Amino acid sequence: MESRLRILLLSAFVLAAGCSHMPWRDDEPAEGPPPPEQTGETPVVIDPQVERREVKPAKIDTENWEAGAYVGSLSVEDFEVNVVYGARVAYHINEDFFAEGIAGTSDAGLSSFERLSGGAPLLTDSERQFTYYSLGFGWNALPGEIFLGGKRALNSAVYLTLGGGATRFAGGDRFTLTAGAGARVLIKDWLAVHLDMRDHVHEIDVLGSNKTSHNFEATLSLAAFF
Amino acid sequence: MARLAACGLLIFLGAIATAGADELDVTVADPYLELRTGPGRGFPIVHVVERGASVRVLKRRTDWFQVQDADGREGWVHRKQMAETLVPAGERMDIDDPAREDFGAHRREVGLLIGDYGGANVVTAYGAYAFNEHLAGEFALSHLLGNFSDGQVATLGVTHVPRPDWRIQPFLSIGTGMIRIKPKGTLVQTPERTDQLAYAGIGVRAYLARRFILRAEYKEYVVFTDRDENEEDIEWKVGFAFFF
Repeated sequence: MESRLRILLLSAFVLAAGCSHMPWRDDEPAEGPPPPEQTGETPVVIDPQVERREVKPAKIDTENWEAGAYVGSLSVEDFEVNVVYGARVAYHINEDFFAEGIAGTSDAGLSSFERLSGGAPLLTDSERQFTYYSLGFGWNALPGEIFLGGKRALNSAVYLTLGGGATRFAGGDRFTLTAGAGARVLIKDWLAVHLDMRDHVHEIDVLGSNKTSHNFEATLSLAAFF
Repeated sequence: MARLAACGLLIFLGAIATAGADELDVTVADPYLELRTGPGRGFPIVHVVERGASVRVLKRRTDWFQVQDADGREGWVHRKQMAETLVPAGERMDIDDPAREDFGAHRREVGLLIGDYGGANVVTAYGAYAFNEHLAGEFALSHLLGNFSDGQVATLGVTHVPRPDWRIQPFLSIGTGMIRIKPKGTLVQTPERTDQLAYAGIGVRAYLARRFILRAEYKEYVVFTDRDENEEDIEWKVGFAFFF
């Protein structure tokens, strides 16, 4: 009885094992999946039904350049104080340093000698025009904020600048070192007001002997970041 | 007239300041994003935006980004924190700043140098274009400012950088150009003269930060004069340049 049951179970096992290999069953082919058609492409394993986003790096508005114009007073040594006009371009390298270029022009007045002696003028009108350019660096020494009343705070910085360039005055071009200090207040995120004090130093021999001439300038400028 | 010029300037400034750019919304992936009142490390932090919240990037100034959160509050965020935010595609925000690795592989370079040319002060502006990592063509304009004469020099030359992978790169240069010397009027009248010249030089350029490099060079010039002897001049200059 027991051996008959064992034969029944064994034959059922063999039958079940054999059925799993039935060659006529088409829902599970014995040879595995048919080879993909030879189209030259790798077979698509998963085709995700996800809409791809167009990945385009956004162009962020970078504002490291600053350009503006200034007006102020320039004291040409021995030749009075006069109005000066100029333009300034700066590139902000990081929050501490910037590179800047300035160019300005002014019409110098009469020297005391010319005024007192009453003789012939030392310089012609074109020689009396004082024109300069300077290229250099600036350091934002004291960044901070300025408070207007209780509700408004404007970003500001006090900076020091040093540059080299040339001055055309009294019929010649002279190498000029320009040192200055200034304050910048941002009245808008993109618009700044500058108050600058600069000293243009060069050698000059227009009054006989060669001497170092200091030409101080105080200017107010409006500049935009772009 | 002055009022007209001022109006024109304001319009010009407004136009360049509002030149268009895309708006970008990013998602905070760090625990929080710190918003400062200004683009500098000393400005106080007035808001924080939590992880998962979205902010709009308005503009960038040096290493700082101005952003606006969902409630309309604005502030400045440092580049390091911005690099940890996610763009809409789910990836980290890619800030492609020029880095140390780009120095030496760059194509264009412009700079300003100040120094001494044969006893006269010299101010030079130059531009260079690299044909490959080692060899570049260079064009320079110099303003000579001496006690007895002024002048201009224009040169065209090539520079060779043997090791473009170093942070401080020595280079050799050779070239030719023209020099114009105008003696100063207060001395005996001598005519203005224009001559051809040639130079050979050595120098170094060093990576500073971002796009900036420091440059120093020494050159020996031979000026081919009309006189019996050629004139030889020595020049040294230091300055800065940026590459792009």
